[in-house]
Amino acid sequence: MAAKTQRIEVMLETLLESVDLAESISMRVAEAAGFPEEEVHKIGMAVREGVINAYNYGNQQDRQKKIMMTVELQPDNMIVRVLDQGKGFELTEIPDPLAEENLLRTSGRGLFLMRAFMDDFRVERGPEGGAHLIMVKKLPQPVSDNGKHKPE
Amino acid sequence: MALQGTRRQLGDVTIVDFSGKITLGEGSAMLRNTVRELINSGNKKILLSLYDVDYIDSSGIGELVSAYTTVKNASGELKLLHLTKRVHDILQITRLFTVFDVQSEEGAAIRSFKA
Repeated sequence: MAAKTQRIEVMLETLLESVDLAESISMRVAEAAGFPEEEVHKIGMAVREGVINAYNYGNQQDRQKKIMMTVELQPDNMIVRVLDQGKGFELTEIPDPLAEENLLRTSGRGLFLMRAFMDDFRVERGPEGGAHLIMVKKLPQPVSDNGKHKPE
Repeated sequence: MALQGTRRQLGDVTIVDFSGKITLGEGSAMLRNTVRELINSGNKKILLSLYDVDYIDSSGIGELVSAYTTVKNASGELKLLHLTKRVHDILQITRLFTVFDVQSEEGAAIRSFKA
């Protein structure tokens, strides 16, 4: 029988505290999914950067707006989605932070870190126009129906 | 843990021993204010010891870059000392090792400042 997908949905306020909360939730899920400590750290950091992006650039710190985060454990992957209520953006519009001329910029490294720390990262347009960040990390071992690791 | 900084003076070099996280919010603001205060009070040789900083996010990285630029624009020098592995790795993947003077030994770091 195919393993079921487990999913957590969280509606976050556009507050600084939501950054820590999102990071903490994703790290707990990653830990429970069996990721080693350093990978848990990287997943948490990628999610942190995703929510910082939503808080600062997407929702422009507007407390009326919300940030939707979903964390999914699929049989082979952990997928984290962060959706804001901003105007959205294209990845191609973002300057390369590694380019010589951008090294002294004080912002613009969050997306790079998400890409560096996850196995797959993409940005789509949300249903209402905001940015929809999708981060994927391959699970260390497949997860069975009861959420535990299958024996080798 | 919130970022904390303890200042020491060795000759004309000011060393700030930081501990905690340099992240969006208080940590980044604390780093910014510390460096501005040092520059405003005439300290131009600044060594940031990050031995107890095991977490930095993109906001913290931006703040380090801003500190570097602020000090350089004031004709000063800013160097980093004792990076933890995580901070080291972040500076490496973001290519900021090519920007910062990163030192691993305090005595050598102090001697490396221009006379």
